[in-house]
Amino acid sequence: MSDHAIALTVNGRQFTEQVEARLTLGDFLREKLGYTGVHMACEHGVCGACTVVVDGLAVRSCLMFAVQADGAEITTVEGVAAPDGTLNPVQQAMRECHALQCGFCTPGVVMTLTSLTEGGNKPDEKTLLQAMSGHLCRCTGYQGIRKAIKQLAAGETA
Amino acid sequence: MKPAPFDYVVPATIEEALEHLDRGAGDATILAGGQTLMPLLALRMSTPGIIIDINRIPELQGLSRGEGATRMAPMTRQNVALASSDLATALPMLTRALSHVGHFQTRNRGTVGGSISLGEPAAELPATAVALGAEIEAHSLNGSRRIPAEEFYIGPYATVLEPDELVTAIHFPDWAKGSITVFHEVARRPGDFALVGLVGAITLDQGRIARVGLAWFGMGPTPIKSAQAEAALMGQDPASIDWKELAAMAVSETDPFEDHSASADYRRSVGRSIFARTLPGALNQGAKA
Repeated sequence: MSDHAIALTVNGRQFTEQVEARLTLGDFLREKLGYTGVHMACEHGVCGACTVVVDGLAVRSCLMFAVQADGAEITTVEGVAAPDGTLNPVQQAMRECHALQCGFCTPGVVMTLTSLTEGGNKPDEKTLLQAMSGHLCRCTGYQGIRKAIKQLAAGETA
Repeated sequence: MKPAPFDYVVPATIEEALEHLDRGAGDATILAGGQTLMPLLALRMSTPGIIIDINRIPELQGLSRGEGATRMAPMTRQNVALASSDLATALPMLTRALSHVGHFQTRNRGTVGGSISLGEPAAELPATAVALGAEIEAHSLNGSRRIPAEEFYIGPYATVLEPDELVTAIHFPDWAKGSITVFHEVARRPGDFALVGLVGAITLDQGRIARVGLAWFGMGPTPIKSAQAEAALMGQDPASIDWKELAAMAVSETDPFEDHSASADYRRSVGRSIFARTLPGALNQGAKA
């Protein structure tokens, strides 16, 4: 068993930490750094709740070790709204369309959609819906999520 | 759901990775994209003593077109390969198969070589490598060799790779321009492993089948090349083929298993249906294009 020093950026803040090799990125973000918006559910890559953005790409944080994130730039759901609390377009659309029920799968959904729509990218509705196959909602609240995606794709939110 | 303790090394070159593998002597596991290995670790179905992370070896990234073949470095991310217009032009069958691998989020990390080296029997890429006639290049400290994909798989998650060998490239031979893509997968939801899948390519020459490669996934302990069906198709005019008969022959070459999702008989039945539907469908479309 080995320990490793890592340095990474999370939501714009820099961290240097010592991690055990087997610690997943998701557990690291939650337990070591306190980003509890990262929701661990199935812990083997099926459900998508733990999705975060690593160097611009949406990935499952249970399927990556913290040690592998050395040097990476990570965004969690805590990092997507503006500092004054203004929701990002994905959050806003989800709020308007009632796209969450219990909220457990929500951070993962927000991170996938944010990664795809950030920086002026305008993927079509189909692309966004296909990316949703990587998320499970145990409330089966998919219709709200679909509605939010429709609204996002049509660019109706500010 | 937490992996058992292990030592972690992160080599910067292939040479260094091979030294770790050699020293690991069977207790070492390669970590590529991790999208299949990490669940196995979390479920403790895999408990290696040493994990060799090859994510920081630049030579293992990227794909290139060469003389008569596409060379895929094993750490090419599935989404990178999927987005490659070069690949879509040269090997549309592979692009099609890639679009069914896992989910968007797992393809961001999952690699072509990782999937092909692990040999999950219901995965798309190992069967695609078998169907298209790919060769898998492996290196150890003692040298290198090229293994035809057809001979690479010996059981679920079992390949002919020696414990000291690392996959360094996958070579996909060219298929003539205009070759037809055969692909059909039945899964419980998009992105899941297949219950039953069929993948392949067909080249027509003056209305007759001049080259064909077909393989099943989810239909046995390994991807299964449909050798008899291929032989029966060669030289045929698609219009004169009895597809039902041929589908039965192709399914008889498989060895499906039973699990919580489906019985072996169900898999055979679905296999016959998709074979008899997909091949003539693809050929019709190909003839129109």
